[in-house]
Amino acid sequence: MAHENELNLKATELRLGLPGTDESEDMVSIAKNNKRASPESVEDSGSKANSAAKSGDHETSSASKAQIVGWPPVRSYRKNNLQSKKAESESGMYVKVSMDGAPYLRKVDLKVYNGYPELLMALENMFKLSIGEYSEREGYEGSEYAPAYEDKDGDLMLVGDVPWDMFMSSCKRLRIMRGSEAKGLGCAV
Amino acid sequence: MINYFPEEVLWHVFSFLTSHPDRNAASLVCKSWYNVERFSRGKVFIGNCYAISPERMISRFPRVRSLTLKGKPHFADFNLIPQDWGGNVYPWIVAMAKGSTNLEELRLKRMVVSDESLELLAKSFPNFKSLVLVSCEGFTTDGLAAIASNCRFLRELDLQENEVEDRRGQWLSCFPDSCTSLSSLNFACLKGEVNVAALERLVARCRNLRSLRLNHAVPPDALQKILAQAPQLVDLGADSFVHDPESETYNKLKNVMQKCSSIRSLSGFLDVNARCLPSIYPICINLTSLNLSYAPGIYSKELVKLIHKCKKLQRLWILDTIGDKGLGVVASTCKELQELRVFPSDLHVVGNVAVTEEGLVAISAGCPNLNSLLYFCQQMTNAALITVAKNCPNFIRFRLCTLNPTIPDAVTMQPLDEGFGAIVQSCKGLKRLSVSGLLTDQVFLYIGMYAEQLEMLSIAFAGDSDKGMLYVLNGCKKLKKLEIRDSPFGNMALLADTGKYETMRSLWMSSCGVTFGGCKTLAEKMPRLNVEIINEGDEMEGRPDDRQKVEKMYLYRTLVGPRKDAPDFVWTL
Repeated sequence: MAHENELNLKATELRLGLPGTDESEDMVSIAKNNKRASPESVEDSGSKANSAAKSGDHETSSASKAQIVGWPPVRSYRKNNLQSKKAESESGMYVKVSMDGAPYLRKVDLKVYNGYPELLMALENMFKLSIGEYSEREGYEGSEYAPAYEDKDGDLMLVGDVPWDMFMSSCKRLRIMRGSEAKGLGCAV
Repeated sequence: MINYFPEEVLWHVFSFLTSHPDRNAASLVCKSWYNVERFSRGKVFIGNCYAISPERMISRFPRVRSLTLKGKPHFADFNLIPQDWGGNVYPWIVAMAKGSTNLEELRLKRMVVSDESLELLAKSFPNFKSLVLVSCEGFTTDGLAAIASNCRFLRELDLQENEVEDRRGQWLSCFPDSCTSLSSLNFACLKGEVNVAALERLVARCRNLRSLRLNHAVPPDALQKILAQAPQLVDLGADSFVHDPESETYNKLKNVMQKCSSIRSLSGFLDVNARCLPSIYPICINLTSLNLSYAPGIYSKELVKLIHKCKKLQRLWILDTIGDKGLGVVASTCKELQELRVFPSDLHVVGNVAVTEEGLVAISAGCPNLNSLLYFCQQMTNAALITVAKNCPNFIRFRLCTLNPTIPDAVTMQPLDEGFGAIVQSCKGLKRLSVSGLLTDQVFLYIGMYAEQLEMLSIAFAGDSDKGMLYVLNGCKKLKKLEIRDSPFGNMALLADTGKYETMRSLWMSSCGVTFGGCKTLAEKMPRLNVEIINEGDEMEGRPDDRQKVEKMYLYRTLVGPRKDAPDFVWTL
């Protein structure tokens, strides 16, 4: 079931990442199938090769947060620097969402979504509207509404042009514009 | 015949001996050479601060001007060693101050440095010129203030990745107006504010400043002003970069960068808007060293655009967000690359896909001069390693780290023994090796057989039996440091050749199979080794059973017996 949904999503997926980022899904599943070593199991992991391939350790996906002490071997200084960047983001990334004509704003946590399709679907549900398909050339041409966002520099940008991660870190607030107004945003630069 | 040379001649000849191994060898020839050498040695390198005492060092090398000391074992970097383990520099500084050593340079790695030590250092050595601290801890900006205030001829203050308590004082303002001798200033690891005006004035009056690495607290407009004063810089580190490409600051920075034609090395960029990177394009063509490993904000596309301009790069440190494709660009652009380090941006094992064996193969094909590698990757294959070995036979340092420590060959599901075997066979000059992934005793057979120049080996979650460790101990004649964690090596391997450890600097074993009994036997047999057990928590009440496995053991050769500063949780057997 889950697979079918995934396939459907793929068909309509906004491929906004760099070419080849698709491989990520395959690779993640390979990694998930490998036997995760824990210190106690080292001694009895005799013929590790075969068991690793077959064990398909499903709990590794939830155990992805479980880490071996001191692995990967990264200096604490470096870890702390990375961590502080992450800590800013661990706390949830709530941004305001305004919709032209609506009496009040809403807030969404960008962290909850894995990509643009989910975010747009959530916005459609929240505001009871339809946003339509993204295209690089036309933006959201033809839709009733178009999603835009304000970035770090204060510019109003069309949602969907940049990779999801980049969007997440630069989006300060969202604005759902009427399709007619959004025409200007969709023009290629 | 050589005995008839007067000492002055020997002295002159020895002045050409700069490397420590050469000097050490010369000192072993005969008493006369030993004496000439010891009086003429100005630079002393001590790889383990507990191998010798400060007093003995000074009495052997009375003319020491430059001292390099390393404290904690390497695995301390990865939280495997508790606080207060040791490695304090204070006794060394006290001894040298008492002995009226003419100390000019002090380089410390993984040591505990207190403010008191820094104050004593600053006040005891009038000719002190250079302080380099790498991965140290225990001091605050007050200690730095003491150095700045008192070291009149200070040329170099280089703080790399230290844990410093920032008291937000005015340490930088403590450099007197008469201080004009600085050639290198690196305070990138400090977290707090500095007096920017004082910094600008300092840079302006130090005309010999070649290397400057600023911390995050120095804002972009100050950066621009500083660079305007120091166009002669060769090495620049800036953590706080411009955000707005439309701003005045950006324009000024762009203009000033164009004049900095001497910059060969660049680092920092902790906080940067990738759209502002074009400001550094003018210097890219001359860059030989680029460290973007602390710049998670630069996405693959911009990173690639940047690297595309760096055709002369010899050293590159980046995050794995560069991806295999980005590494492909590196491979086709940076033909002179010698050192590559790819760090993980996500520390979870199953995270974003980072780099794989493809990126490494591409690099090896494009960069034949590659001799030093640190590569954190999602997966690896034997085929890839074999190709890399063929393409790059010049590796001196090869460190591979798979994010999942026991992951097999991603295609064949076999252990990675053959791949690493190819590396050691092909790279005849290999001095340092870190292995990871699924590995059996076989890889150690290869290492023992082929890695003739190997000096340092790091092993984690590898091997099947004592044989593995034995292959290494028997085969690697030049081995100096061996560190092993979570591998099934026990007393049999530990005790097979106890004399071997006196030819090595140190051995670390944690979460392996060695027992208290085994360690005690070793300690009894070898009085010139310190066999230290680190005990944490309450597993140890009273006398531990001989059959009980030791959690962490660190042994090292020493001329001065058990150390007197060992904390409660360290037992020297």
